[in-house]
Amino acid sequence: MKIHEYQARQLLADAGIPVPAGSMVETVSDAVAEAERLFTGGETLVVTKAQVHAGGRGKAGFVKLIQSMEEAKEAAEFMLGNRMVSVQTGPEGIEVKRLLVAAGVDIEKEFYLAVTLDRTTGVNTLIASAEGGVEIETVAHENPDAIVRQHIDPLTGLEGFQARALAKRLGFTGRQIGQAASIMVKLAKLYEDLDASMVEINPLILTPPSDDAPEGRVMAIDAKFSFDDNALFRQPRLQAMQDPAEENPSEVRAEEAGLSYVALDGNIGCLVNGAGLAMSTMDIVKLHGGEPANFLDVGGSASKEAVTEAFRIILGDGRVQGVLVNIFGGIMKCDTIANAIVEAAKEVGFEVPLVVRLEGTNVDAARDILEAAKKDIPTMQTAEDLADAAGKVCTAVA
Amino acid sequence: MAILVDGNTKVLCQGITGSFGAFHTKGCHDYGTKLVGGVTPGKGGTTNPDGIPIFDTVREAVDETGADATMIFVPPPFAADAILEAADAGVSVVCAITEGIPVQDMVRTRAILKDYPDIVLIGPNCPGIITPGRRVSGQGAEAVFEDGCKIGIMPGYIHTAKADAATGKAIGVISRSGTLTYEAVWQTSVLGIGQSTCVGIGGDPVRGAGFIDLVERFEADPDTDGIIVIGEIGGTDEIEAAHWIKSNVKKPVAAFIAGRTAPPGKRMGHAGAIIGGAEDTAEAKIAAFRECGIQVAESPSDLGSTMALALGIEVATV
Repeated sequence: MKIHEYQARQLLADAGIPVPAGSMVETVSDAVAEAERLFTGGETLVVTKAQVHAGGRGKAGFVKLIQSMEEAKEAAEFMLGNRMVSVQTGPEGIEVKRLLVAAGVDIEKEFYLAVTLDRTTGVNTLIASAEGGVEIETVAHENPDAIVRQHIDPLTGLEGFQARALAKRLGFTGRQIGQAASIMVKLAKLYEDLDASMVEINPLILTPPSDDAPEGRVMAIDAKFSFDDNALFRQPRLQAMQDPAEENPSEVRAEEAGLSYVALDGNIGCLVNGAGLAMSTMDIVKLHGGEPANFLDVGGSASKEAVTEAFRIILGDGRVQGVLVNIFGGIMKCDTIANAIVEAAKEVGFEVPLVVRLEGTNVDAARDILEAAKKDIPTMQTAEDLADAAGKVCTAVA
Repeated sequence: MAILVDGNTKVLCQGITGSFGAFHTKGCHDYGTKLVGGVTPGKGGTTNPDGIPIFDTVREAVDETGADATMIFVPPPFAADAILEAADAGVSVVCAITEGIPVQDMVRTRAILKDYPDIVLIGPNCPGIITPGRRVSGQGAEAVFEDGCKIGIMPGYIHTAKADAATGKAIGVISRSGTLTYEAVWQTSVLGIGQSTCVGIGGDPVRGAGFIDLVERFEADPDTDGIIVIGEIGGTDEIEAAHWIKSNVKKPVAAFIAGRTAPPGKRMGHAGAIIGGAEDTAEAKIAAFRECGIQVAESPSDLGSTMALALGIEVATV
């Protein structure tokens, strides 16, 4: 699960990590009012940012620096009145409903700070770099020595001395060390408390010296979180932050039915049991020259109703020109799938070619059911094995 | 011989009174597994429909039955605790079937398990472990087996014991995916190749036994003639395993990696099946296996034939 930038900012602020002043608004008049508040408070530069999950906002013109109330109004009108089109949204673009209006901050130096799981050791790790503001992957590739890491003890958390040592290695001096270390410890705790799978502050910045902070101040400018879906049940605050409008509607529907579905760009719909087999089925479709339209794992114990819903989702995708069913019945019984195929045929109808490969538990009963239904589902073919199935569906669609 | 479990292993089911736990306890019992007890807090002193005694705690169950393995069907919020309870009671093979355990729970659990170095955790989010029994009678799903040990949710009848294998050979199977394991088992069984033991290590990012732990056991097992390693996108365990195999394993090894067509940044069913960067793609893993001289099946329909080839068994082309 992902959240908006304004929500991420709020999580940081509530954990005691400094962020620039500002707030989320939903109307042009509120955007102007917030800008006014910031200018009146002594800010000379304000930034307005569209709140959408998709990236590429800057290039699309949906992040604007403003220096007057007029500019604040113009920016808000443009962002709330136009769909944002970026490389990540597709040509139809997406509607922008919320804006973040925040103080622009002078930057002395940029850093990168993140906490994520080190899968090799199974331990959470704090990752930091003195080269902030750029993609960490780029730094890792071009200057791996600039990245410092600290494993976080799963039972005791990140210790202050570890954080201070990291802060020194990043080049912080004097009072900055305490400020940066405090942010690190708070961030590590926030990550664990919220069952995050990744939290990234990029950039973490140091401001230039000022009268009230002669050594500068360390603060978070932008943050990204992603969360462990397995733990959402115990994170009511995150549940409330979910924005279904940002999710693929078919994926939301599948989730409600207990199915695991990921929309892809191809035209061959896949219905499979088991995540590994579902991925492999996409792979074999591709090997046979086809393009999978989706990943769909019905799970090990789906009911006939859930499987019928799966067919509705697949057939509801207008790009689907053929459907491949690949089931290795273990716990999942092949006759359950066969009955769901018959049900889906009655209810939605298979206008497109359907290729079915069944193996495993109750396969004979399932074959009988499909044989009897063949006259009612003229587009259906059965397959001997996985390769045969992939070949048939790709031929039928080509 | 086999690895980790055999016909003498005494098995518990934690969460035996839940619908999944009850269903699969019956499946394992019917396969011939020595299922000696179940655990559900609050239901101690009762029995399941097959007369298997139920205990309130794992400790009591172990004291009464001498169990040395357990399968966990406890719901996700309580599953990590169930793993630790089993470890603390001295159960040596702990098999966590439960899908959906919070990752941070497993981070903590794995740290605590360092104090129990003799305990092997399989999973979570896995089909379990099976050492196939010999077929006594019947065919297909009706077949009856003896002296095997099935701990988990896999269909028992697709497996072939070495003694029943036409080629006289048996392989070890290690996989992150359930149904793909069945596919490998089925394809090898059809080719007359048996399985010594099959282990589903699970689809979560933080888990117990990994590829290297198990490859090492299979390499040392006299009844294992070859090993098939089935990985997928996400993490770099397969790459580390490929290099380890190159330096340490003499037996024939075949591999398959699922997810060549998976888009980056999307969780593909399994919590751990997500491409994070260039290092954890299917291509990177396939390349690592090939660099280490390990045969990789191009397609999931070639799992059996690739393994056969590695074993030096001729496969009639259809």
